[in-house]
Parts: sequence; structure tokens; C-alpha cells
Amino acid sequence: MDIHEYQAKEILAKYGIKIAEGGLAYSPEESVQRAREIDGTVWVVKAQIHSGSRGKAGGIKVCTSHDEIRAAAEELIGKNLTTRQTGPVGKVCSRVYVEAGTQIAKEMYLCFLIDRSSERIVMVGSAEGGMEIEELARTNAAAIKKIFVEPAVGLQDFQAREMAFALGLESTQLSHAVKTIRGCYRAMRDFDANMLEINPLVVTAMGELIALDAKMSFDDNALFRRHEIVELRDKTQGDTREVAAADQGLSYIGLSGDIGCMINGAGLAMATMDMIKLAGGEPANFLDVGGGASAERTEKAFRLVLADKGVKAMLVNIFAGINRCDWIAEGVVHAVKNIDMKVPLVVRLSGTNVAEGQRIIAESGLPIITAGTLAEAAEKVVQARNAVIAKEREGK
Amino acid sequence: MAILIDESTRIVVQGFTGKTGTFHAQDMISYGSNVVAGVTPGKGGQQHLGLPVFNTVKEAVRQVGADASIVFVPPAFAADSIMEAAEAGIKYCVAITDGIPTQDMMTVKNFLRRFPIERRMVLTGPNCAGTISPGRAMLGIMPGHIYLRGEVGIVGRSGTLGYEAADQMRTLGIGISTSVGIGGDPIIGSSHRDVLERFEADSETRVVVMIGEIGGPQEVEAGIFAKEHMTKPVVAYIAGLTAPEGRRMGHAGAIISSAGESAAEKVAALRDLGVTISPTPSAIGDTVAAVLARM
Repeated sequence: MDIHEYQAKEILAKYGIKIAEGGLAYSPEESVQRAREIDGTVWVVKAQIHSGSRGKAGGIKVCTSHDEIRAAAEELIGKNLTTRQTGPVGKVCSRVYVEAGTQIAKEMYLCFLIDRSSERIVMVGSAEGGMEIEELARTNAAAIKKIFVEPAVGLQDFQAREMAFALGLESTQLSHAVKTIRGCYRAMRDFDANMLEINPLVVTAMGELIALDAKMSFDDNALFRRHEIVELRDKTQGDTREVAAADQGLSYIGLSGDIGCMINGAGLAMATMDMIKLAGGEPANFLDVGGGASAERTEKAFRLVLADKGVKAMLVNIFAGINRCDWIAEGVVHAVKNIDMKVPLVVRLSGTNVAEGQRIIAESGLPIITAGTLAEAAEKVVQARNAVIAKEREGK
Repeated sequence: MAILIDESTRIVVQGFTGKTGTFHAQDMISYGSNVVAGVTPGKGGQQHLGLPVFNTVKEAVRQVGADASIVFVPPAFAADSIMEAAEAGIKYCVAITDGIPTQDMMTVKNFLRRFPIERRMVLTGPNCAGTISPGRAMLGIMPGHIYLRGEVGIVGRSGTLGYEAADQMRTLGIGISTSVGIGGDPIIGSSHRDVLERFEADSETRVVVMIGEIGGPQEVEAGIFAKEHMTKPVVAYIAGLTAPEGRRMGHAGAIISSAGESAAEKVAALRDLGVTISPTPSAIGDTVAAVLARM
């Protein structure tokens, strides 16, 4: 789960990390009010959306008057902002963060994340801040410093100092740097973060160390014990269908194709989507219905897949382990009858009680296309999709 | 032989008296697995499914000689249960639980490393379907009847995709020595590489099928091991050719977050390392059959 920059900064401030003075605004008037509360002559109006690369997308505006602030806020609030990371639709900006302008003497990069190889938290830093780390990794990998943290004892001061020196900080900034780095590590542990990134971490003209931007992402599996993080969730930042699916306990990801999918198990779902692609089609979604696919759950999953009006055909592929094919078949028949499906449906069942499941589908009298193998299922659904497209063309 | 489990494995079920634990314990017993006890803290002294229930894993080890465990404990408490098994002297643990926090698994792995290698518990999972040595023992939640006994080892993250592979092989009359689900989470007990090492040492296994997916460095690390240390052929399929970058595809670990983690990149790297690639998920059985025919 992701949160906004201002929320991440609020968390970091509690851990002793310095941030620029700022406030949140939901309207242009509020934005000006926030600026009045901050001393100075330069302010930055920052779009709050769950994405990096906001600057390049025009989501960060430097202003030198209240009129400019009003204009900047008017331009951002209520609009969809498209960045390299959001996809073509972009993400809606419903609030801006108004921050005091900072005179930057030096920009650095600092990030904490869970490293899957070492199974530890790794701290990544570079004296070259401001640019994206992926870009830096390509152009100048030697400029990136990595320090691994032993989980039983946690981050030690000597490691924080090592990173501070790698960032090119002066001796006078050392104690604050250690406090900042340790604070980040503690925030990461205390809230089950997967990732905490400060890009850039800056030294100001006054010699202060400030987190100019902040990004945090949390482990979904740990949200049950992090209620304060769950409260920070902004549902407007997710795909509406994905949010609806998550609320129903289904794992759904919207994609750009037109063949709807309902599959049990993440690995089989990915494999089935691969087969659709190899057969010449494009999946409209990833959907794992999980182990206990009851009739009610099956119907919910059908509704979710078909809510995407771009879907031209649908494929159900279930390998019943804990499930039984006859239960799944009953759920599918029930769902098709209830929903009044307009697109062709291909069903492939395998595993426990497969013969019984196939019998239920065959005797239902519904126009369900059945398939015995994964390859056959993918071919049949692509054929059905092509037939629908051909028919639509004729109609025009 | 076979790896990790066989007829002599003495199984204790952690989270025995809960709904999930009860259901799968029954299923394992009907398959013929040697389930000897269960653990549910606070219910020690009771009988469940005709077997003794203990308060601690330690008691199950001491009193009925349990040497393997399977964990059905809910996510919030599962890491604790795995560490309890390790401390009690369990040799092999399968963690079925889906949804364990990543930082909890970091703690578990660190805890396991404290033991000298000869006393260190082997863990597979979490978030997996378990392990089966067909005809001998099932320590998991898979449909046992789709696995024929034979000479092909299977290692994979996904449950249902592993079933798909085993079923394709059954249709072709190809049997399995052991099938190991290593789980879909970012931090897991045993890697593809760890399991390949066991299959290489197993006298019964002739070919190994590795079923991977997007995300993480494990499949390629396993490929490097296969090239440098294995005499047995490895067949691999990597799921997720269509997966977009930066999105979590169901499994918490299935996310392309850095270079080399996409399916296409993994396939290319594995091919270079001499691994036989199954081009599609429906060709896994045929690819194995072709490799066996050449031996």
C-alpha cells in the first residue's frame, strides 16, 4: 500500500527527520492560506498523487506570489496527472501540499528497502540525488552505496556514519545525518514498510539536512497490525475495479486487452494469460479467485470481470485442488444465469471431480464453450473473441 | 528415495484443531501420510482425529517422535509457530499460511541461521501448497491423486500451476519423485536452488522441472547452480510474459521491480545457462517427455 508525500513526511518528522515547513490544501483558497502561514517569498505547490516523476509531469510548481499559488493550485486540483509511472489515464489530484521553498546546496539520494536476496533491509544511498535511481544505476552504478542491516540488532551508528560519508556530508552534519538515517530505519520497522525513499535528501544553503520529497510503501500482509497506516489509504489513487476487488478479497489487476479471465491461483493465472497471448489474444485482466471459490464468490468475480465493457470474451480456468470441479461448475452456471452474459464464455475445469463438473456445464443448456486442456481453452477463447470482433465490424 | 519426505516421516500438524488444519490433516491421513500428532496451544491433552493434541511442538517431538511439521496457523501468529518448530528440533517444516508479513519472515530466516547447519530446520513456504512424494507421503494441501509416482522432481512457487504440470505428466504416464511448492512470497524458506541441490543428490530423480514466475532473482540463481553443479537435466517454465512492470500479480513476490526480473529476461538467462525451456505452460509435460526420451 502506498501513501502520499505529505503523509510520509508526517511520519518521518515524528522520527526526527527534518522537513520543510508546509501544509495540505484541498482548494486554491486553502493553498493561499497555507502559504500565508509559512514565512518566506518562495513556495512550492506539489500535487499529491501516488506516483514518482511528478516534477516532469508538471505536478510540482515553484511560486513567488500568492496569485501564482492560486493559479498553480487551480491547475492541479481536480485534474488527472499523468506521469511515467501512472499509465495513460493518470491519477486524480484531489489535494496539494504547499511547502516553503528551499535553497538547495546539495542533493542526495537515500532509500531503504527489503532485499530479497539477502533477506534483509538494505540502505541505498548516493551523493548524486535528484535523478531516478534506476537511471543512476544504468549510468553510474559505482556512485551507489549499499549497506545491509542485520535484523536481530538493527541498524548501527557506524553504518549510518558510513552512509553519511558516502553521501558526501560534512563532519558538522554527521550527527544529524545519523539521526536521520536511524529515524528512517526505525520508521521502516515500526510500520512494516517495504520501501522508504527520500529523493532528494538535501543540504540547504544554511547547512541543514532536509527530506525534500518522501515516499513510503507498506507490506499489505502487515496492515492487520498497522491500523494507523490503513487510515492513510486514499482509494482515489487505485484503479476503481481493483479497489472494489480488494474490498471483496479478490486479487484483480486491470490490463489493456479484451479477454476477461477468472482463474484460481496466481501462478496458473499468469500462465493462462501467457497462453492467451501466445494464441494471439490479449488478457483484459488478472484475476485470482483463490482456493475457496464458492458460488457467491464466483458470481462476484464474474461481475468484476464483465464490469470492464471492453471485454469481448471470457475464460474461466480452474484447477481444483481444495475446490471441487462440480462446485465450481455450479457456481459458473449460477453466475451466467444471474448475470445475463452478453459475451462468449469458455470454461476449462481440471482436477478433483472433473467429470461431474463437465456434466453440470453440459446439462445446463447454457451456451458455454468447454475445453479440456489449457492450450485448447486459450485457442477457443481467442477464436470466440475474434468472432465477436468480426460480427461487430459487419454490424458497422 | 525421494526428497524431504517419505513413508517414515512423522508429521505434526500446527494449528491442528482449526477448520483448515482439521480438513487438511484428514486429507493427508487418507493419502497415507504418517500424521502422529497435532499442536494447538491450550488444547494439550485432548484427542483430535484420533490423535494426541499437544500444547507445544517440543512435547510432540519428545512424546511421539515428530520430525516434520506443517503450519496452518493464521498469518499473525505463523512466524512464531515456524520458529517454535525449529527450536523444538523439527527437521522439516512446510508453512502453508498465506499472508505472513515480510518482516516477520526476515526474522524467521535470521532465527533459522542461528542453528548450526546440521541442526537447522529446513523450511519450505510460506504461501505454498506443500510437498508430496507420490505414493509415500503428502505434507500439503494438493490433490494427491493427480501425482503418479516416478522419476521427475518438480519445484515451483505456485500451487495450481504445479498441479497443471503434474497433471500433464500423468496424462503422458510420467511420474513424480517429489514435488515441492516453495511459495509465492518475497522471502521464503527454501529457494529453487536449494531444492535443485536436493534433487541432484536424490538417486531416484532423473529430471527436474522448475516452475518459476516474474519477480526476484531466484530462478536465475538456480539456473547458475544447475550449470555449475548438476548432472541432471532441468526443464523450466517461467510464468508472467504478459505481466506489466511494477504490479503485484497475486503473489506478494510476483512483481517486476528491477532489471532481470521479467519472464522474458529470466527465460533468456536460463536458456543461456543450458536449461531446457518449456515455451508454454501447456507444453511442460511434452518438454519433459522429450528430455526423458533423449536420456
